[in-house]
Amino acid sequence: MSARQTPQRSMLIKYILGFLVSLTLTLTAYILVSGQAFSGSTLVFIIGGLALVQMLIQLVFFLHVTDESGPRFRLMSFGFMTVTLVIVVAGSLWIMYHLNYNMMDMSSRDKDSLMTTERDKGF
Amino acid sequence: MWGRLSLDALPHDMITIGGVVGGGLALLAGIAAITYFKKWRWLWTNWLTSLDPKKIGVMYLVVATAMLLRGLADAAMMRAQQAVFATGDGSGPISADMFQQVFSAHGTIMIFFVAMGAIFGILNLILPLQLGARDVAFPLLNSISFWLLVAGMVLMNVSLAVGEFSTAGWLAYPPLSELQYSPGTGVDYWIWSLQIAGIGSLLSGINFLATIFTMRRAGMTLMKMPVFAWSVVGSMLLVAFAFPILTATLSMLSLDRTIGTHFFTSDMGGNPMMYVNLIWAWGHPEVYILVLPAFGIFSEIVPVFSKKRLFGYTSMVWALMAITVLSFTVWLHHFFTMGSGANVNAFFGIMTMVIAIPTGVKIFNWLFTMYRGRVKLATPMLWFMGFVVTFTIGGLTGVLMAVPGIDYQVHNSLFLVAHFHNVIIGGVVFGFFAGLAYWWPKFTGFYLHEGLGKAAFWCWLIGFLVAFLPLYVLGFMGAVRRLDSYDASLGWQGLFIVAAVGMMIILLGVLFQITQVGYSIWKRKELRASSDPWDGRTFEWSTSTPIAEYNFASLAPVMYRDDFWEQKHRSRYTKPVGLIEPIRVPKNTGIGVGIGLISAVVGFAIIWHIWWLALAAVIGGIVLVITATLREDTERIIGVDEIVATEKRLRGTK
Amino acid sequence: MSKPRLLDQKFLDYKTSTGFWLYLMTDCVLFGTLFASYIVLHPATAGGPTSSEIFSLPMALTETIILLTSSFTCGLALLALRQNSLRQLIIWLGATYILGVSFLTIELSEFAALVGDGHSWQQSAFLSGFFTLVGTHGLHIFVGLLWLLVMVAVLFKKGITPKLKRQLGLFGLFWHFLDLVWVFIFTVVYLMGAAS
Repeated sequence: MSARQTPQRSMLIKYILGFLVSLTLTLTAYILVSGQAFSGSTLVFIIGGLALVQMLIQLVFFLHVTDESGPRFRLMSFGFMTVTLVIVVAGSLWIMYHLNYNMMDMSSRDKDSLMTTERDKGF
Repeated sequence: MWGRLSLDALPHDMITIGGVVGGGLALLAGIAAITYFKKWRWLWTNWLTSLDPKKIGVMYLVVATAMLLRGLADAAMMRAQQAVFATGDGSGPISADMFQQVFSAHGTIMIFFVAMGAIFGILNLILPLQLGARDVAFPLLNSISFWLLVAGMVLMNVSLAVGEFSTAGWLAYPPLSELQYSPGTGVDYWIWSLQIAGIGSLLSGINFLATIFTMRRAGMTLMKMPVFAWSVVGSMLLVAFAFPILTATLSMLSLDRTIGTHFFTSDMGGNPMMYVNLIWAWGHPEVYILVLPAFGIFSEIVPVFSKKRLFGYTSMVWALMAITVLSFTVWLHHFFTMGSGANVNAFFGIMTMVIAIPTGVKIFNWLFTMYRGRVKLATPMLWFMGFVVTFTIGGLTGVLMAVPGIDYQVHNSLFLVAHFHNVIIGGVVFGFFAGLAYWWPKFTGFYLHEGLGKAAFWCWLIGFLVAFLPLYVLGFMGAVRRLDSYDASLGWQGLFIVAAVGMMIILLGVLFQITQVGYSIWKRKELRASSDPWDGRTFEWSTSTPIAEYNFASLAPVMYRDDFWEQKHRSRYTKPVGLIEPIRVPKNTGIGVGIGLISAVVGFAIIWHIWWLALAAVIGGIVLVITATLREDTERIIGVDEIVATEKRLRGTK
Repeated sequence: MSKPRLLDQKFLDYKTSTGFWLYLMTDCVLFGTLFASYIVLHPATAGGPTSSEIFSLPMALTETIILLTSSFTCGLALLALRQNSLRQLIIWLGATYILGVSFLTIELSEFAALVGDGHSWQQSAFLSGFFTLVGTHGLHIFVGLLWLLVMVAVLFKKGITPKLKRQLGLFGLFWHFLDLVWVFIFTVVYLMGAAS
């Protein structure tokens, strides 16, 4: 194997590996959901986690974020974007949940807190 | 065939007709003058199709100034209404519906066209030079961004003549901005003006960030950059990550209004509060986008006019980056009263107070720079002093409103209006005027007349205080914003009259400024300045005046922060030798103009539901973009002989 | 480093990919906003169908596998480009294109079926969110395919030039990025839609 071939070879391996792992993650998530292996919120967390893992795989193996020799520009700008995105998306969901909750009509909100207290008491 | 466009769209009331006629006459006069002096070819080749950021910057400033005059006209109408006609029976010259359009236009114009236009103008003029570069990273994209702003501006102004403008404020909250309550073209004009201009801004954000990251002069590490460049990093990061939120949100509102989606409608599951949340997730970073470059400008001016190095460079950089990140954590303070509850309000209230801290650090650093310096109170420095006074007051009222309990009292009152004008005028506008006075001689070769500049400054400062301090009081007295009428028994009229007087003092200041420019041009021989009139510290002052098209003949590496200052004053500075080699310069192209034109047509067509035209224009736009990517002959080479000759001519030496 | 950057291809590659990467970051925020809106409006079905009632998981899985494969073939195309193999390049780009068109066809048929059943974006906020989020992604795919056609046309006319290499590199970033966004659409819209 000549020296010039090696970088190409390692890239090919990266692509194949990335493809196969992504495929596996996708099929796993699909099987878990269609088989209804877990309950609602647990399932949501698991497939969310699988998606995040696949994102990391694709970032490293397809988009080469960790590859640079110079200033790690891609990685840093991705990091800043992610922080911003998490703040804006999570923040929006937090805000909207509270707004929607407070906008519920009085009786259903009271029922909701009543149910919550009852649940916490162990009923 | 023409959608919902008809002759009914033409204006019916005297004020609008007056505005259209006045604007139209001014436009015709301009066209006539250019034709008479046979300058069309010159205009096209030297300015409109130029990819030189120095030229694009001037064009941005021309647009910003023109829109400033329109925004001020709107403001004058509002002050007049509230001082004189508001206590009457509603039969004044400005109808209630017109008043809604006036304040909506005022805010939209000032933020999107005046402030953003001024900022991108200054960035184009100054940033490449400060970085020791010859251009921005993507010159064609730069031109496209400018013409997209123009397209947005054109739509805003066309709304005066054809159709109406939005009556829903500068942010167009639903349900008012939805089809049910605003069935006309007003909100659509608002949406498309901003959508098009917003994409221009986004592309500029990418462009300037790429410029800073890839085109700095060799040897200029990030920590050797001028602080102005750091302020641009912060501002453009905010542009890049906040403007997409605006694009998405405007798109959703537009879809609601055109194809019947239900994002923000009040029925079928829509959630208007989601719009308020998203628009402010963009809107708060936007105000920092505006003010950070102003901070950057002051960081350039204060050291030069104190003859002393900037105090605390590192902490200035950290403060800028902290403000940038924190900008994304405070947006709910714009809608404390929408009802998220105590926990959510508390978090955002605390973050809002936190963001005031790095700003305070900056103010102290500027003041420490002045301490024991040899301070020269020329006009740029006066604007800085004015900024310290006004921005501090504005900042303090902001921190006051960061307390949700207090905000419940003053939200959407004139107290709020006074606060944001305080920080925007004190920060952004004063910063811009300071920068204008500071950098004017660099590009023109003559100073702006000092006396007139000082007169303009004092009129603006005093006028601002007289116009806006009464609004704080009125806010506490219960006056809400956007009022076109109130009961005389409330006792507010006196303060409104004071505010109107303040406005007139500001207008006097504007008059001084216009006179100053005209007079300075007339007396430019007497006001002549060298290429480095203030004994500057940063790279732009090392160029000749006028600046060569290619900025720098050679790209010798730099060694220090404020390298040019070190070159001049450091006792043992060995200047690195720079080779003079042929320079590639982007050729002129009309692609930017074309994209701007097509965008304006797309916007107009969608607004008026002329679907065939919209489709045709979109296809035309796609073809134009593909053409742009396929261009081969994009650069012109300036040979060594020409460079040497130019340098000789401009500098008088080799 | 006082070497002048005249027609320094390496520098042009670096500058252009930096700018394009920044654009992709902004596109992430755009999609993020649409995702946030979708999630908030997901329960707002206004008497119309819920997500579990209208989404076909097998079809979504098919789309996902197709797009993932096209991302892979795109990677292979870029490898062929590195090796300056024009024939291989065209084959893999062709595969990417065909897979992309298949993806869009399935997606458009899903949309058409929903609209045909009366479940258009006009029926509820949830459906508005769905059509807009997934439709925006589809629009990006469409633009990508158009871009690919133009580049292949240039490829046939001029062969591999430094400029085309650069542009294909950018296309690769774009295409990989779109597959990444789809992973989240598949997860958040289809999988979680079925799980709820």
